[in-house]
Order: sequence, then structure tokens, then C-alpha cells
Amino acid sequence: MSQSITAYSQIRSSCIKVNGSIEYCDENFITFAEFIKPFFKHLNLGYPKFYKMDPLSKLGFIAAELVFRKINIALYDRNRVGIVLANASSSLDTDLAHQRTIDNRSQYFPSPSVFVYTLPNIMIGEICIRHQLKGENGFLISEKFDSLLLFNYVNELFQHHRVDACLTGWVDLLQERFEALLLFVEPTTKAPAEEPLKVSIPFSAEAMDTLYKIT
Amino acid sequence: MEDLIEKLKKEVIEQLNLEDISAEDIDADSPLFGEGLGLDSIDALELIVLLEKNYGLKIEDPKDGKKIFHSIRTMADYITEYQRA
Repeated sequence: MSQSITAYSQIRSSCIKVNGSIEYCDENFITFAEFIKPFFKHLNLGYPKFYKMDPLSKLGFIAAELVFRKINIALYDRNRVGIVLANASSSLDTDLAHQRTIDNRSQYFPSPSVFVYTLPNIMIGEICIRHQLKGENGFLISEKFDSLLLFNYVNELFQHHRVDACLTGWVDLLQERFEALLLFVEPTTKAPAEEPLKVSIPFSAEAMDTLYKIT
Repeated sequence: MEDLIEKLKKEVIEQLNLEDISAEDIDADSPLFGEGLGLDSIDALELIVLLEKNYGLKIEDPKDGKKIFHSIRTMADYITEYQRA
């Protein structure tokens, strides 16, 4: 059975896109926080936990939120919706923030709320909590966007009937450099037109490369 | 005491990243956990760090935490008591 990408979000270079359409742009930000906070407020989610997340989780959370605005997740068995993400910087941005709190022995006050984010798969946890996803998950590290690595991993999950659908993609952030490409992948159906918010792009490494390049 | 309570409210908001809450929104006597501000276990650890970093107070017995962190006022009472000693 073949799979299709039925929704995707892209965040990079001051713009946020959903299914290829620009949702938000801001050319005047200096920090990632200045970029993402107004957009989060614009979404009006009423989810104060967002403010406590580290920047990587905020990036993944927003990218996932946009994908799930195009997918009616209530129609899926959430125990069988997987999530497989990858990046190059792991949680280094937050690792460095934690390091700064313990550099000075006379001002040694490690922050518990920073420390808990010193693993990249915590971002997956935040997305799973928000959308109640309980399927297979995994976080991969590669030096650069590796579509084949992600495709093979996700394809294996489908081939072994471990998931009914899967959120996958790239969420990378280090200081003020950030980019995200998230894709919702599910078995190709014969009647995609019945769900007008969705797209239908055959799932392949080449398709992922194409979407990544036009992010 | 009222000055300390106002100062504590601002410090708690900053330490816990309570972005959508202002000092005026916090009732000094309302529970910080569960209802009230709805803080969680990581927030409890952050409050322990706040007391140590800003007031030099170390909570030696974890059982004391429940009483000390019941509300902003109980935190202020604890700081005042320590500063008098």
C-alpha cells in the first residue's frame, strides 16, 4: 500500500507556510522568541504551557499545530498515529542555556525547567500531549536534512503495520537559526477530494526533498 | 509585608514564565498549585531555586515545601520569618 503526504507545514526564513500557502511572515524579528510569540498569540490556542517550553519545542509545537489544523485527528486511532522527527542540533540550544546556569560556581542555580528540555525528544512529548498521540515515536539526528533516513524509518512503520498515520519531518533550531518541515503521512485513499483541507502528494524521499528545498 | 508580596508575585511570574498573568491577577492567599495558578512539579522546583537564588533560603526538609509554597503569602511569611531570625 502506498502512502501520501496529506498536510504539511514549513517554518523558515521569517515565514510560516501550511500546505504551501503563506500563513504568516515577519521580516523584522531579531530573536526566535520575537518571531514565534506573536504568531502563537494569533493562533489563540489558550495553551499557557507553550510559554514554558524551550525554543525547539515551541518550533515543533507550532509546526505540528498547523498540520493538525488540516487533519481531523479525531477520525484517527491516536494510539496508532506515530511521530518521527529529526534534526542536526539535537537539543544543543537548550543544553547551552543549561550550561550558562552552571558555569559560575558562585552563582550555581541550574533551572529545573530548562534542564527538563535537554533532550530533543521532549519536543515529541509536547506534541503528543497536545494532540493525545500515543503511537510509535522516534527522534533521529543527522548532520543535514536526510529525507531517505526519515522515509525509510516511516515506511518501515507502515510496512510492519505499526502505525495508521505518522507525523514526520525536520525541526532544527540553534540560537536564531531555525527551520521546520512537518508532514502528515497516511495511506493513500481513493477519495481525497472529500477532505478539502488536505493535499495529496505521494510520500517519497524525493517529495520530501522537494518540499524541504522550497521551504 | 505587602511590598514583599508584590515583589514575590513579579518574581514568580518571571521565574515560571507565566506570560499571560500579571501581578494583579494573583491573589496572595490563593493556592499556587492545583487550583489557583495551576502550577506543576517542575514549577515547585523552580520556586525552591527562586527562594535560594533571591533570598538565600534553602529548604532542608521537603515536607516543609507544601506549607511554604501554599500561596504567595505563605512564601512571604517564610521569608520574613527567616530574615528576622
